[in-house]
Amino acid sequence: MSDTITFRIDGVAVTGRPGQTIMQAADEAGIYIPRLCARDGLSAYGACRVCTVMVNGRPQAACTQPIAEGMVVENDTEKLLEIRRGIVEMLFVEGNHFCMFCEKSGNCELQALAYRLGITAPRYPYAFPERDVDASHPGIFIDRNRCVLCGRCMRASAELDGKHVFDFVGRGRDRRIAVDAEARLADTDMDAADQAAEACPVGAILKKRVGYAVPIGQRLYDHQPIGSDIEARRGDADASKSE
Amino acid sequence: MSENLKEAVQETCQSCGNDRGRLMDIVRAVQERFGCVSSKALDIIAAEVGVHRVEVEGVVSFYGFLSTRPKGKVVIRVSNCVPAVMNGAERVAQAFADELGIEIGQTTPDGLITLEYTACIGMCDQSPAALINDEVFTYLSTDRARRIVHELQGQDEPDPAKLVHKLGDGNNASDLVHSMVHNNIRQEGPVVFGPDTSDEALKKALSMTPQEVIREVKTARLRGRGGAGFPTGMKWDFTRAAEAEPKYVVCNADEGEPGTFKDRVILTERTDLLFEGMTIAGYAIGAAEAVLYLRAEYAYLRRYLEDVLRRRREAGLLGKGICGKEGFDFDLRIQMGAGAYVCGEETALISSCEGRRGDPKNRPPFPAQKGYLGQPTTVNNVETFCCVSRIIEMGSGWFAQMGSKGSPGTKLLSISGDCSRPGVYALPFGVTLDEVLQRVGAEGPIAVQVGGPSGQMVGPEDFGRTVCYDDLATGGSVIVLGAQRDLLEIASQFMEFFIEESCGYCTPCRVGNVLLKQRLDRIRAGKGEPGDLDYLEQLGQTVRTASRCGLGQTSPNPILTTLKNFRSLYEQKVAESPDGLQPSFDIRSALADAEAITGRKSVHA
Repeated sequence: MSDTITFRIDGVAVTGRPGQTIMQAADEAGIYIPRLCARDGLSAYGACRVCTVMVNGRPQAACTQPIAEGMVVENDTEKLLEIRRGIVEMLFVEGNHFCMFCEKSGNCELQALAYRLGITAPRYPYAFPERDVDASHPGIFIDRNRCVLCGRCMRASAELDGKHVFDFVGRGRDRRIAVDAEARLADTDMDAADQAAEACPVGAILKKRVGYAVPIGQRLYDHQPIGSDIEARRGDADASKSE
Repeated sequence: MSENLKEAVQETCQSCGNDRGRLMDIVRAVQERFGCVSSKALDIIAAEVGVHRVEVEGVVSFYGFLSTRPKGKVVIRVSNCVPAVMNGAERVAQAFADELGIEIGQTTPDGLITLEYTACIGMCDQSPAALINDEVFTYLSTDRARRIVHELQGQDEPDPAKLVHKLGDGNNASDLVHSMVHNNIRQEGPVVFGPDTSDEALKKALSMTPQEVIREVKTARLRGRGGAGFPTGMKWDFTRAAEAEPKYVVCNADEGEPGTFKDRVILTERTDLLFEGMTIAGYAIGAAEAVLYLRAEYAYLRRYLEDVLRRRREAGLLGKGICGKEGFDFDLRIQMGAGAYVCGEETALISSCEGRRGDPKNRPPFPAQKGYLGQPTTVNNVETFCCVSRIIEMGSGWFAQMGSKGSPGTKLLSISGDCSRPGVYALPFGVTLDEVLQRVGAEGPIAVQVGGPSGQMVGPEDFGRTVCYDDLATGGSVIVLGAQRDLLEIASQFMEFFIEESCGYCTPCRVGNVLLKQRLDRIRAGKGEPGDLDYLEQLGQTVRTASRCGLGQTSPNPILTTLKNFRSLYEQKVAESPDGLQPSFDIRSALADAEAITGRKSVHA
């Protein structure tokens, strides 16, 4: 087997290594594929479907699909943009997301994705579900109103912390993230220093007492859209080539 | 009592070897004994088996037949599958409810009887039907429902089995099945219901090399009978070629597509042919173990199936050195499901066999590389295995000359709905829908649902089309819809089914289907706008394109196919609002909360 694989994303030749996913190879090449449930250092999960791309004409999740020689990937197309907007809007209406009151605002990947994709208001009606808040833990609270069911906390707990604090229960629209106790996070072995506390893309798992430590205006996505860090690599790569 | 629970649950876990992989069996047994898997039971199981409590809770909360809250000693589950509702299932359910003095979804105050709806139970040809615990009650009427309640309440120790008075035909009447289910085989055909030839195929297969067996299946061009139509021989080749050992054979007996019931009849009447096919598959791919995943709704067949397995072991058709073939060992176990349509998806089925939530897995890797317990696995449908037995017995040429070019062989169709002869028909692929409709006694149907809710609804202009993989594909479900039917209501019921059965793992299926049904229902209520049709089309395409598994990818079909084939039904229901106001906006209900809080009526509404 050759140690490199060459394929195309929107006509641009990308070289990756065997075993990489489309997203991993694209990230290295400085091509941003929007995503929500994927996170560096965690196993691929394929739940949010925001990273849906067309692979040789068929839809696949870029975070789970391995690269192959000669593969033709479409990423930045109007059709896919429309699908991604639809999915992000679904997540907004499924839960109760009030950006203006949320301390995650500016650091929130869902909010940042919406801005990047050009969403001003969801076209779908809000579901206004009743969901619970668990503030039992001394260092962390869980607000399920904002949960997008990405499973990042679950994977971080299992894969990085060596615990199993979170998992999914229920099915379909009743699916929700639960804790490894009868009801309360405080009754699990969760520690505020756990990686699982950092993994949430939205404001569903937040550390207590640090909410506004970084003021609005200096937050992650206040000045540059989400994905800019990845795209900057492409600039670097292009620059190094031209030297 | 709690000591009793602890000991009993621990005992159950131990009887399953405290094996995490058998968590389904453990929670099913606890549910059966205690009417629920309570919070305490979750803790006991987790400690005993050595898993996290939340994992056990995740499993219990996934399956329709399991629950963390107590249910009655007797659970009545009325199927609200579309053909059943067409035959009056809702009236029957209401009769049960009235007689019990409870609402549907509730348990009687004495904790004796729970009444609920359930999705298709594979009895559409004899509906309305219900499961009462594991017993099947068919051809129900409101009178019969009331009598059942009386009889149950009159028993000292409630035992639904004692309510089964008249038995069905064939093996349904045997002591081990003892059920009122009828086979309703209307057309036998030469393949699955052909003459019983007692394991000739297995003996013949064992005289061939595994490669020759696979070649024969490939030459017959056999495609999977579950609906997707993947070439069986190719699947076996991939599994055989995968390097890891051991390998597994899995039979998908989780037929849950509403309107499908042909596997029920195979399991009842062609059990040996099925096990023979599974054994041949084991020989072909190099597997020594197999799992038959049996849907919970067919639990009434379990004792009988186990007995057939016992008989086959005694006859040397299972076990070590099968038919005297040195080195070929093969056996199989039955894994019970617990009420989840998505488990018919092969990777979800594998998750369930492993004692997990029935969430589908990411692909790749495909089951042929990493399936059951991470090992190479072939998953095939019940009918597919039976076809294999016949192909080996009669030869690939015999099989391939039947049917159409791209779809050789015959197909078992499960026909229900508005026709005079519902039941199972073995017909060659390539048969037109018109021929099917004539055969089943369908008079003036306005539509046919081919392939169940995940298939398509077609109208009379399409009745000349053919049933085969390349035209009207179906895993077997054909529902005839007569002139009295409201097709958009049926589309809405199908959407409700997908909402109920979605695992919720991925966004488009979990959220999109709820939104689709909501908008469809708004149109049905006469509050639609012309733009709603594009809204449905676009949303449906997003769900179809972006969903993670076959369930999600086909879930918008009830709406997408009716939009395509019955567009005028939608167009009649939507209109530009004359006053420019949104027809769906109801100012009264929008103001209701504010009025309640302020304690006065709005002057503007």
